[in-house]
Amino acid sequence: MLKDITLGQYFPGDTLAHRLDPRTKLLTTVLYIIAIFLAKGPIAYGVLILTLIVSVRISKVGARALFRGLKPVLFIIAFTAVLNLFYTPGTVIAQFWIFHVTREGVITAIAMMLRISLLIMGTFLLTYTTSPIRLTDGLEDLLGPLKKLGVPVHELAMMMSIALRFIPTLIEETDKIMSAQRARGADFESGNLLQRAKALIPLLVPLFVSAFRRADELATAMECRCYHGGEGRTKLHVLRYETRDYLTLAFYAALCAAMIALKKFF
Amino acid sequence: MNEIIRIENLTHTYGEGTPFRRSAVENLSLDIYRGEFLGLIGHTGSGKSTLIQHLNGLLKPTGGRVLLDGEDIWADPKKIRSVRFRVGLVFQYPEYQLFEETVYRDIAFGPTNMGLTGAELDRRVHDAARFAGLDEGLLQKSPFALSGGQKRRVAIAGVIAMEPEVLVLDEPSAGLDPRGREELLAHIRAYHKERGNTVVLVSHSMDEIAQNVDRIAVLSDAHVLMSGTPREVFARADELVAAGLDVPQVTRVAMALRAKGLPIDPAVYTVAELKAALLALRKGGAVC
Amino acid sequence: MSTMLRTENLTYSYPASEENEQPTLALDGVTLAIERGSFTVILGHNGSGKSTLAKTFNAVLLPSGGRVYVDGMDTTDEKLLLEIRRRVGMVFQNPDNQIVANVVEEDVAFAPENLGVPTEEIRRRVDDALRTVGMEKFAKHAPHLLSGGQKQRIAIAGVLAMRPQCIVLDEATAMLDPIGRSEVISTIERLNRDEGITVVLITHHMNEAEHADRVIVMNEGRVAMDGAPREVFAQVERLRAIGLTVPDTVELLYELRGAGCDLPLTAITVDECADAIARCFGKSAKEDN
Repeated sequence: MLKDITLGQYFPGDTLAHRLDPRTKLLTTVLYIIAIFLAKGPIAYGVLILTLIVSVRISKVGARALFRGLKPVLFIIAFTAVLNLFYTPGTVIAQFWIFHVTREGVITAIAMMLRISLLIMGTFLLTYTTSPIRLTDGLEDLLGPLKKLGVPVHELAMMMSIALRFIPTLIEETDKIMSAQRARGADFESGNLLQRAKALIPLLVPLFVSAFRRADELATAMECRCYHGGEGRTKLHVLRYETRDYLTLAFYAALCAAMIALKKFF
Repeated sequence: MNEIIRIENLTHTYGEGTPFRRSAVENLSLDIYRGEFLGLIGHTGSGKSTLIQHLNGLLKPTGGRVLLDGEDIWADPKKIRSVRFRVGLVFQYPEYQLFEETVYRDIAFGPTNMGLTGAELDRRVHDAARFAGLDEGLLQKSPFALSGGQKRRVAIAGVIAMEPEVLVLDEPSAGLDPRGREELLAHIRAYHKERGNTVVLVSHSMDEIAQNVDRIAVLSDAHVLMSGTPREVFARADELVAAGLDVPQVTRVAMALRAKGLPIDPAVYTVAELKAALLALRKGGAVC
Repeated sequence: MSTMLRTENLTYSYPASEENEQPTLALDGVTLAIERGSFTVILGHNGSGKSTLAKTFNAVLLPSGGRVYVDGMDTTDEKLLLEIRRRVGMVFQNPDNQIVANVVEEDVAFAPENLGVPTEEIRRRVDDALRTVGMEKFAKHAPHLLSGGQKQRIAIAGVLAMRPQCIVLDEATAMLDPIGRSEVISTIERLNRDEGITVVLITHHMNEAEHADRVIVMNEGRVAMDGAPREVFAQVERLRAIGLTVPDTVELLYELRGAGCDLPLTAITVDECADAIARCFGKSAKEDN
């Protein structure tokens, strides 16, 4: 059933990684990604892997959960690796049929695989330790300066958090409508692509009608609770940088610097 | 009486193998007799919704069996769709499932899925509309242009049109005003009387159940707490109250009167019955 | 007592949905005054205008004719809009469609956040409101996992966090099971009694009117009956003519009166009804023994 799908991979907890300000985590994620792209050479990758391992240990997120996140992209990783393996020119170390494997190819393939895996696991760590609401709050604050350019940052953040709030409700509703139509003999499983697409109409029409009705009622309810846009709004949870945030940011900035240094001198 | 549906030791467990494992129904057995008007009562979380979704094979038992006319409905999983035509299930707030351009086509959705066409389809749509109390004039309108109460009747007609042997209605009157509620139930009673088909009414209103059904099954904590005629069930009002269930207001008045020493039959549950019981007391010497 | 809400010859018509149709007149000259601190139940069948009336009480709908005053403020005055909505909180029918946030306490904080209340004060209000509705244990929970009655209590807490003077519940119990319904009713009865909040409850469940100070029955956009619950329910025939049922207790007393018993029609609750009948029948039964 649809209900069983886990949405938003947030693992509640009370570790240092959870307590960090969401902005800190967003920024460190960006810094970590920059570091990944700057990385060159085994030492650099070693440092990056070590950083990830330590971060994961601090967050107490199970390594298995992290690897599970890799599963959907495993194919892409393998594909890029294979492509690099065979198509990088250089010293040939093995060859069969029309394929040549080069030394450079092997190195690039390994580096590529590491890069993508680290990138994905790093961002997963962010979503694993930060609730969607905090993430939205963090984004709203970080993107704040864009308001001056006329970007409706508050509205976008509000839309995102409402969307997150209604995902479980709409999934439940989809489940219910699907059961109701199946009780009338609707068949969502068999038939060719066209038949299946047509079978979705009895599901999608009621779902849209209901989503619009909900939106309408929610808008009224929000107005009744004095919502009038982002102007003059205060917050229950105010984001504040603590010492731990500064230290974390400093560490990741240093990581980037180290990557540049390693690239230059080795 | 012979049973049309027999539920044998039904168990349904959600989230098997996770920490959220929970049995919504556990080892539940219940017979539903051919042609009866059965009331199924229990509060939210008692397993009502899970139970009724087993009757037409929307859910598959994790333990036990559901027999329709003596045959396990899951004997051949490929035939489960035909079970859904024989046991019609109307969900709670069914008006939210309407999707067609006209009322007529929406009612025809079920029978069309059964492979019906032409005159037979047309007859069924008109019959079902009549049973649900919908005017002919509404059939060509868009279901989205109707009032809430009318939409609900369209949805119910959509299930009746499949001419199921058993009609199961989950809280058909939820959210309607007293007049709408009474009208709808009158239509369902008339359908039951005219067709003679089995009807299962799920409700958490004891008053509603008391006024409509031949037999009541009370669900509590994933199993059947008691079943019997309304008279038999409401005579055990104390147990119902202990299980956190509502009892009809009249039963509560009768209980209070008995507590005050008036000899009222514990099985009394309608206004007319309690009135008669009280007036009989007066004839027996009590003066008013 | 001063007046919390006042309507003067209020009319409201919904615009025609199709071109050839007439606009529907939902309210047709309603003049009412609701006292501060009172508990009023507005009854009526669907389409009687009761929900429309409720929505004019905090300027969700503006009058087509006539006036509505909230604490003396005219609802058509746009400058006063936030002031009006802060004073009159609304709870709607579908609990799912009025919860904004993913976490209970964030949802309760929504209104004070909008009003620009300082953070520490929001915290205090959220905690107070959750305690008042008995949901403090659920502060960090996800609202979609709660029961219907619990969700409505969260919605009430969300309104309470505005520190309103009046709460209007627009069929807020219609989608709840009996347990959820009694949770909500006992919560608002307590708010009215202990916090002195004016309560206007729109419903079609007669039993919810048992403890009200006043019952207003709407029919065809007009006030059809208005009085204390026992006065209104005593008019069994008029209520039936409007398409409303009376509680079974009143129905029983009415039937017994018809059979020549000397019983009051004003015993609405089960206990009152049993007392009245016992007094009438029991006395003589005992004498017999």
